[in-house]
Amino acid sequence: MGADAAKPLLELRAVERTYVMGDNIVRALRGVDLIINKGESVALMGTSGSGKSTLMNILGCLDQPTKGTYLINGRPANGLSRSELADVRGKMIGFVFQSFNLLSRTSALENVEMPLMYQGVSTRERRKRAMAALHRVGLAGREDHHPSQLSGGQQQRVAIARALITNAPVIMADEPTGNLDSKTSHDVMGILQGLVAEGKTVVLVTHEADIAAYAARVVTLRDGAIIDDRKQVPVPTEAA
Amino acid sequence: MNILTTLWLALRALWRNKVRSMLTMLGIIIGIGAVIAMVAAGQGAQESVKQVFAGLGTNVLMVSNGSAPNFGPSGGAGSKLSLTWDDLAALSTEVSSIKFVAPALQTRTQLASEDNNWNSQVIGTTGTWFKIRNWKAAQGVVLDEDTGSSAAKIVVIGKTVATQLFGQASPIGQNIRLNGQPFEVVGVLESKGQGPMGDYDDTLIIPVKTYQQKLEKGLAKYIKGQFLITMADGATAEKTMAAVTSLLRDRHKLGISDEDDFRIRNPAEFAKAQQDSTDRISTLLALVAAASLFVGGIGVMNIMLVSVIERTREIGIRMAVGAKPGNIMTQFLVESLVLSALGGLLGLGLGALFAKWMASYFGWPLFFPVQTAAIAVGVAGGVGVVFGLYPAIRASQLDPITALRYES
Repeated sequence: MGADAAKPLLELRAVERTYVMGDNIVRALRGVDLIINKGESVALMGTSGSGKSTLMNILGCLDQPTKGTYLINGRPANGLSRSELADVRGKMIGFVFQSFNLLSRTSALENVEMPLMYQGVSTRERRKRAMAALHRVGLAGREDHHPSQLSGGQQQRVAIARALITNAPVIMADEPTGNLDSKTSHDVMGILQGLVAEGKTVVLVTHEADIAAYAARVVTLRDGAIIDDRKQVPVPTEAA
Repeated sequence: MNILTTLWLALRALWRNKVRSMLTMLGIIIGIGAVIAMVAAGQGAQESVKQVFAGLGTNVLMVSNGSAPNFGPSGGAGSKLSLTWDDLAALSTEVSSIKFVAPALQTRTQLASEDNNWNSQVIGTTGTWFKIRNWKAAQGVVLDEDTGSSAAKIVVIGKTVATQLFGQASPIGQNIRLNGQPFEVVGVLESKGQGPMGDYDDTLIIPVKTYQQKLEKGLAKYIKGQFLITMADGATAEKTMAAVTSLLRDRHKLGISDEDDFRIRNPAEFAKAQQDSTDRISTLLALVAAASLFVGGIGVMNIMLVSVIERTREIGIRMAVGAKPGNIMTQFLVESLVLSALGGLLGLGLGALFAKWMASYFGWPLFFPVQTAAIAVGVAGGVGVVFGLYPAIRASQLDPITALRYES
């Protein structure tokens, strides 16, 4: 996972993001430069209001910079239409959220195959790949379970399977362990580490140091700017 | 995303809120059902009017004595007789736009067979009358030129009379006593059903000469009845009526300021007036039905708006995993389309049932307006699209970040 050999996958140049809230102008990001290479695992840390979520939203193409440039794979992602952004998200990025964000009253299998529906993949192919993805996260046999029939850890695994199914190179995990107990948290982090080992790029937003410890690089934000960016040796886990 | 997947998603989403979907559909069901029923009823009523007047013959005019207030049996109180046998002859020879003309003397009288009694309308006329009315025998024969102008004591009877006097037995060759005189039944007419003045089949026809001798006790100058005229092909009713009027006025020696002492009626015009009024009523009813469809559409829009808000988070999730605004819009649009179209189809069934019930209740011919049905389902779908458009656009314009954070 040497950064030298890898090429920039996500690149922010002087990115600013301001919100207008009534009379106030909130400067969520004040000039962020960041390069994330292919295969890196990066933890974005910071207190609430530090801008880490805004940064992740921009990296995940859910939001657009007010100023500055964002390149994915060397291609600019700023100034794209909502449709084009959706396309980039579908192909390049898989999301894992704190609150799982699974569709209720919908089976695990259908939750996992949903992203493929928007890429015009045939039903049979979707089913096959969703089964494989569920198997990959250790949920074989739970395909027909609805989220309400699954534990928090299992739900988050379904969400990871959903993030994996498109073969997107980047996984964005926003506080993925925030709603999980510590044992389950470590299981989930193990899965994410396994993905890094397979060459995926994982961007993790967290405010917990022991979760950030699973990443090889920790970027810390405060008041909308990066105040620290250091490499570390990630804690080992038994791969799930 | 392909069409089948989209449809499947829509059906599942609607199925999840079965009761709500059903209630929403009810608006469309009632709207479409009402439109179908009203159009079917309108057409049925129209058709029955048409059939009623078709029974009178086509291209027919009726000329009757002056003061009869309505067409029907003349010779009532206050009626002034003016039509003569010479008028009849003159009409047939002097007016070129007349193809056939026949006298029709009529009265009600008591009848008796060997076993039964009945009271019915007797018409004295000629063989031509059957051509004018285009009325054929179901059994036996009708009067022709010879028998119609003879003084034979023969009678052609309608279905109702046949049933009343003879039951299931064949009346041909049997005797009927009319005013105490025996008449031999030579024919039974085919059934024409109900007419504007009652049962067409409750009648019997005898030669006009026999009528005068046996029922009026002697030949009279004036005709207690009317003339039936068939206009020549291509002749207009206005021209023929004008020709008849001027001939009769001339023959009756009426002055410029005198009113007509006869009346000419055009059943087709009467039929048209009746049709126009049914037409207007059914148009009005269809408009009311369309208004209820509109209300149904608003119901759809309302529910779709609620649905968009309830599913804000779902929309956010779908967008996060790559759904474009267009995908989201299509999803909601198809949902409201399916909701409305299903409602439309159910409404079609309901309307058809109602139309059937009305047809049997009012004795109309049953009409299922296939064209209207197709249009109605199309309109229902259109209602779904039009009223679903705004909610769908709202859904598609949600910001994925806000939508993902939405707490329901």
